Amino acid sequence: MIPLKTGNFVPLFKKGHAVTERPNDRLANLKECLSLFAEFSPKTKVFLVLLPFIILVGVYLAASDMRFRENKDDKFLPWPTKMAEATYKIAFTEDKRTGRYLMLDDTIASLRRIGIGMSLSAGSSVVAGIVVGLFPLFRLINIGLLTFLTIIPPLAILPIFFMVFGVDELVKIMLIFVGTFPWITRDIAHATEKIPKEQIVKSLTLGASRLQVARKIVFPQIMPILMNTTRLSLGSAWLLLIAAEGIAATSGLGYRIFLMSRYLNTEIIIPYVLWITFLGFVVDWTLKKFIGWNYAWYKVEEDT
Amino acid sequence: MPGIRWRRTRKMTEAERKPPQKTARAYLHLENIYKSYGKKVVLDDIDLQVSEGEFITLVGPSGCGKSTLLRLILGQERPTAGAISIDGLSVGLPNPDRGIVYQKYPLFPHLTVLENIMLGPRLSQNMLSLLKRKRAIRDEAMAHLDMVKLAEHGDKFPHQLSGGMQQRVAIAQALIMKPKILLMDEPFGALDPGTREHLQVFLLELWEKRHMTVFLVTHDLEEAIYLGTRILVLSQFYCDGRGKNSERGSKIVFDEALERRATSTKAKGSEHARNLVQRIRREGFDPMYLQHITEFNLRHRDSFQTLTEEEKKR
Repeated sequence: MIPLKTGNFVPLFKKGHAVTERPNDRLANLKECLSLFAEFSPKTKVFLVLLPFIILVGVYLAASDMRFRENKDDKFLPWPTKMAEATYKIAFTEDKRTGRYLMLDDTIASLRRIGIGMSLSAGSSVVAGIVVGLFPLFRLINIGLLTFLTIIPPLAILPIFFMVFGVDELVKIMLIFVGTFPWITRDIAHATEKIPKEQIVKSLTLGASRLQVARKIVFPQIMPILMNTTRLSLGSAWLLLIAAEGIAATSGLGYRIFLMSRYLNTEIIIPYVLWITFLGFVVDWTLKKFIGWNYAWYKVEEDT
Repeated sequence: MPGIRWRRTRKMTEAERKPPQKTARAYLHLENIYKSYGKKVVLDDIDLQVSEGEFITLVGPSGCGKSTLLRLILGQERPTAGAISIDGLSVGLPNPDRGIVYQKYPLFPHLTVLENIMLGPRLSQNMLSLLKRKRAIRDEAMAHLDMVKLAEHGDKFPHQLSGGMQQRVAIAQALIMKPKILLMDEPFGALDPGTREHLQVFLLELWEKRHMTVFLVTHDLEEAIYLGTRILVLSQFYCDGRGKNSERGSKIVFDEALERRATSTKAKGSEHARNLVQRIRREGFDPMYLQHITEFNLRHRDSFQTLTEEEKKR
């Protein structure tokens, strides 16, 4: 039997073959960390992921504390307890004037706009994308137009939108639609073109009509791609929504943020931003999980 | 020579060299087929006549247009000139008359194995008869799955099967439509040698059982000789009376019957098979060996050739 000696030293990273003899060599440690093939232990991985957040919170608290010492009534960088109080007030107590829960109302209003806008653009762009991707005629007619449309910054035509669609719900929905439709359509058209020609020909030899090729062969294979593209477009949808709500609205998360900014009321703004981030994250995560769960074959296709 | 015997080759008489009259038995018929992409001529006056139940194998050097010819028969592309007909009907866009098995993308990834097989019968029904025939279609698909010995894998997705299994499903998927002709484009090209041999035997058994007409393109000479009842060699290496530098595409330079007595793979190593491989290598694959157009080995009884006077010149 050979006695195995186990040291107490736990390195920051899993040891590679080069540095096993001298675990205390810091320089070698650092070198290994910056290696292109650096591997880290699970605990270290979690730590590294959290590190920027810890720094961010630390810096915020320090700055907040500093301002508070200078001015007891400072509102710009409120201490977290103040934010919690303000959030509790707006989220869980009835508004004095309207008797409603404002944060809930704002959330519902924003989610409704984004939901309707995205459903419209996803629904119509899947049809448009398949048609453009499948038929050379429509591809030629639309490919230049689509590229043109994707380059227009939607916010630049926002004023025109207010003139055409008024300042109510419709303009927000239209803005989300116009801002995401060309992108999703282009992605779907690309994905449709990428479906091997062999598959299309084969489905014809199996007796499919053109409509059936689109419905039974292309559409089901495009579905997970549509969801993925929609998921990625949600970022720009939020951007457009908040911009539109900031300019003209009577409710909505963006409306509240812009309203509060007039009074430098960051104790509401910061929780709202975190809340929007959280909502976005939940939707993103749900869609991702749904794709993985409902389209098991898709993931595999992507990997190979 | 155990296992397999080839048709005895004999010297062609003058009468046999002449283009034979078109017979009524012609099942697949190609006449004066040209295909060019821009200025590049790929297929140069292809004449071909195939009887029902024949197992045609098509070989040729890479870039000779084997797959192009297959795509023309399939209807995926149209010939630049010439006419193709199957069972007397001229060929249009791909339809259930012609089944196809590709080397790649054999199946629809979003459907299970059984759904893949059922797809054909389902597509050709309208909603009402689909409901009525639901059970029948399922049973038929199960029978076909059973035929390719994959009955217990019906609920799996294609990516869960091995390459050989996927290819078997693809064959069942094509056969359920009862095509007049089954086209195969290097169907076993991506498989490892063991699986490939297994599938070759399997395909032969299926062919004998179902009396199909098969048109198989391959780059593997041994495979072509082993599988086919008739071997065609398409090649751009030949000479004719059109001058040295003229742009010419591929022609069928070799056309012979192969007689099969057994499906044992031992036949692959037989001396006769080796000789045949050597002859085909020389006559079809050797860029230095340029046969004159009037001397092609077109011994098969269905073979015919339409030549212009200019081409016939020495």
